[in-house]
Amino acid sequence: MIKHFLNLEWKQYFRSPYWQKNLALNILLVFFALYLMAFFVLGGVGLYYGLDELLPNQDKLAIVSKYMFYWILGDLLFRFFMQKLPVMSVKPLLTLPVKRSTVVNFVLGKSAFSFFNFLPLFLAIPFAITLSAYGYPDTTAILMWVFIVIIITFSSNFLNFIIEAYSAELSVPLLPFLIVAAGLYGLNYFEIISFTDIIGNGVIAITQNPIFILIPLLVLGLLYMVNYKLLLQKLYLDASLKTKVKDVNASDLSWTKRFGDIAPFMQLDLRLIWRNKRTKSTAFLMVIGLLYGLFFYPQPMYREMEFMWAFIGIFSTGFFLINFGQFIPAWDSGYYKMLMSQNIKYEQYLRSKFILMVMSVVVMFVLGIPYVYFGWKILIAHFAAAIYNIGVNSHVIMWGGSFNRKKIDLDKKAAFNYQGTGAVQWLIGIPLMLVPMILFGILNWLLGFEVAIATLITLGIIGIVLHKKLMKFITEKYLNSKYKMIAAFSKDA
Amino acid sequence: MIQTTDISKSYNGIQVLKIDELHIPKGQSFGLVGNNGAGKTTYFSLLLDLINPTTGSITSNDIVVSNSEDWKPFTSAFIDETFLIGYLTPEEYFYFIGDLRGQNKADVDALTSQFEDFFNGEILGKKKYLRDLSKGNQKKAGIVAALIGNPEVIILDEPFANLDPTTQIRLKQILKDLAEKQGVTVLVSSHDLLHVTDVCERIVVLEKGEVVKDLETNPTTLRELEAHFAKSAISSSEEEE
Repeated sequence: MIKHFLNLEWKQYFRSPYWQKNLALNILLVFFALYLMAFFVLGGVGLYYGLDELLPNQDKLAIVSKYMFYWILGDLLFRFFMQKLPVMSVKPLLTLPVKRSTVVNFVLGKSAFSFFNFLPLFLAIPFAITLSAYGYPDTTAILMWVFIVIIITFSSNFLNFIIEAYSAELSVPLLPFLIVAAGLYGLNYFEIISFTDIIGNGVIAITQNPIFILIPLLVLGLLYMVNYKLLLQKLYLDASLKTKVKDVNASDLSWTKRFGDIAPFMQLDLRLIWRNKRTKSTAFLMVIGLLYGLFFYPQPMYREMEFMWAFIGIFSTGFFLINFGQFIPAWDSGYYKMLMSQNIKYEQYLRSKFILMVMSVVVMFVLGIPYVYFGWKILIAHFAAAIYNIGVNSHVIMWGGSFNRKKIDLDKKAAFNYQGTGAVQWLIGIPLMLVPMILFGILNWLLGFEVAIATLITLGIIGIVLHKKLMKFITEKYLNSKYKMIAAFSKDA
Repeated sequence: MIQTTDISKSYNGIQVLKIDELHIPKGQSFGLVGNNGAGKTTYFSLLLDLINPTTGSITSNDIVVSNSEDWKPFTSAFIDETFLIGYLTPEEYFYFIGDLRGQNKADVDALTSQFEDFFNGEILGKKKYLRDLSKGNQKKAGIVAALIGNPEVIILDEPFANLDPTTQIRLKQILKDLAEKQGVTVLVSSHDLLHVTDVCERIVVLEKGEVVKDLETNPTTLRELEAHFAKSAISSSEEEE
């Protein structure tokens, strides 16, 4: 049976249009994984030398074990945000002669092969090897230690799914988890209960008396059993497989009427953003865009680099523009056929999205005014970037949308979701930020700050003045690719 | 009203539709039947300019549909559930379509209130998104949305599928009224021979993309259609032997 499942998984992966169309993206992800792995291996070796330098004559295994509490906590946090239980389309299997327990065991077993579970090993094993190469006396202790790391990794893996299962039913799934994690950290930090000691001593005890390894093994087994029970309950159509019906959140959007003939589209776009997971997370990500400058400006080194101002300005005022704009018109791919058979003016449809993007740029700029704290020149640079975003980037990104041929499933989340992303999105996304940055950087260097600012603003204003003409040109592009878009959007992604 | 001339559609050299001449006069209730892959949906998609014809053209009210968009104000359609916007409630969807077709909220409300029986209390005022409705209820919402704005041509692809028996009977009455009393040109396709013969004055049978029968509905039509499709079932089972 497992053989059949593996076969199905294989086909599902390689036959998905997503894989076939996005080979380049997959290669990129593989490189990223290799990079992380190399980073961890080096980290493992480096950890030894680092400890040797700082605390030369102490038991390095004991020191590392002491800090394992932080690793467990961090690992859980990381997994909570990143790792999801692997999905398997179980519905067609339910009526077939397959035991439910086989399905559950398979899903859980599959989760054990997650990349997240291998990463710690890339750190732990090089560390252990370096340790023994430098003549650590107790080889069994090292072996036991690696073994413990493996067990803890898998325990975190299964514990995470339990946490997810329970927090998914809460209205604010993040909050309790964060509070508990912060609480544990706090208890430890203020030495009310020292988890670092408990776990550190525990690990050391096991490395010295291998028989104690049974305890973490027991915990792992228990966590697996709990997961097994939880999943088994869910394998019924009326439990989790059935999609949840949510109550409508209706809000009064009559204020959009002031935008005249594009009001129906504005209402549609606002509901689109607010009522779908993927768009909603895009909207929430705006906060990150807004705070992006805080990664750089507090450090004098970056504050001196004037060309960075333009980049951060474009990025933080245009975050929504870029993230939302690059998927026009794929956001509407689900019902594109209907829109095309309706009596709509394409130009109105696009203008509604344009106004939405412009509004976001203005709002982001206004919210970003406090950046003036880091210098008024930064604020001016942001202002110029905002004008450039409105006048140039907004049009460029909508023009790029006419090359969009990828359907988007609105119900999937946004982080690490590459659905709908194609080469065009990358090609367009990069110049949106790089061109103004390079332009600003060069002019600033050659002719001074004022000229560089003036150029960005002028370009933006030219775009705004030519708005009508540009929109006409863009609309025509969309009309020309109408049939291709309809055909592409009717395919399942 | 709708004139089809020499139209054909091929994908990679394989012809899926070829109609030399087909005229549908105003106010006719027109039924399209045929097995899977016969070209029914392809024909409707061509009518709505959702796909580009390989040759030929379709004119609706003397407007070539692939050249101008002026046919859109008097044409409406419900082809499948991708015509619905999943994250809207039925009411919001009706108002949206109404906005596009120049109808205000009151107009839309007046229209939808006529369909309370048809909706069976499961569509309006339920505070549910369209994506969360059952297939049958989605279909009901889509069909009624196609009636908004007094269209002169209504195109419905398989409107009877997924509907419960009561609703099927109600829908038949609605479609008949539209053609007979309001002079609307109604185009439906169906696999249910009984329903099409009940609703449509004229029935065209497509087979492998070509028109093989063009019948004026009369009391013997149903038997004739059944005989036609039974014949191809028998001949194909003979081929297998």
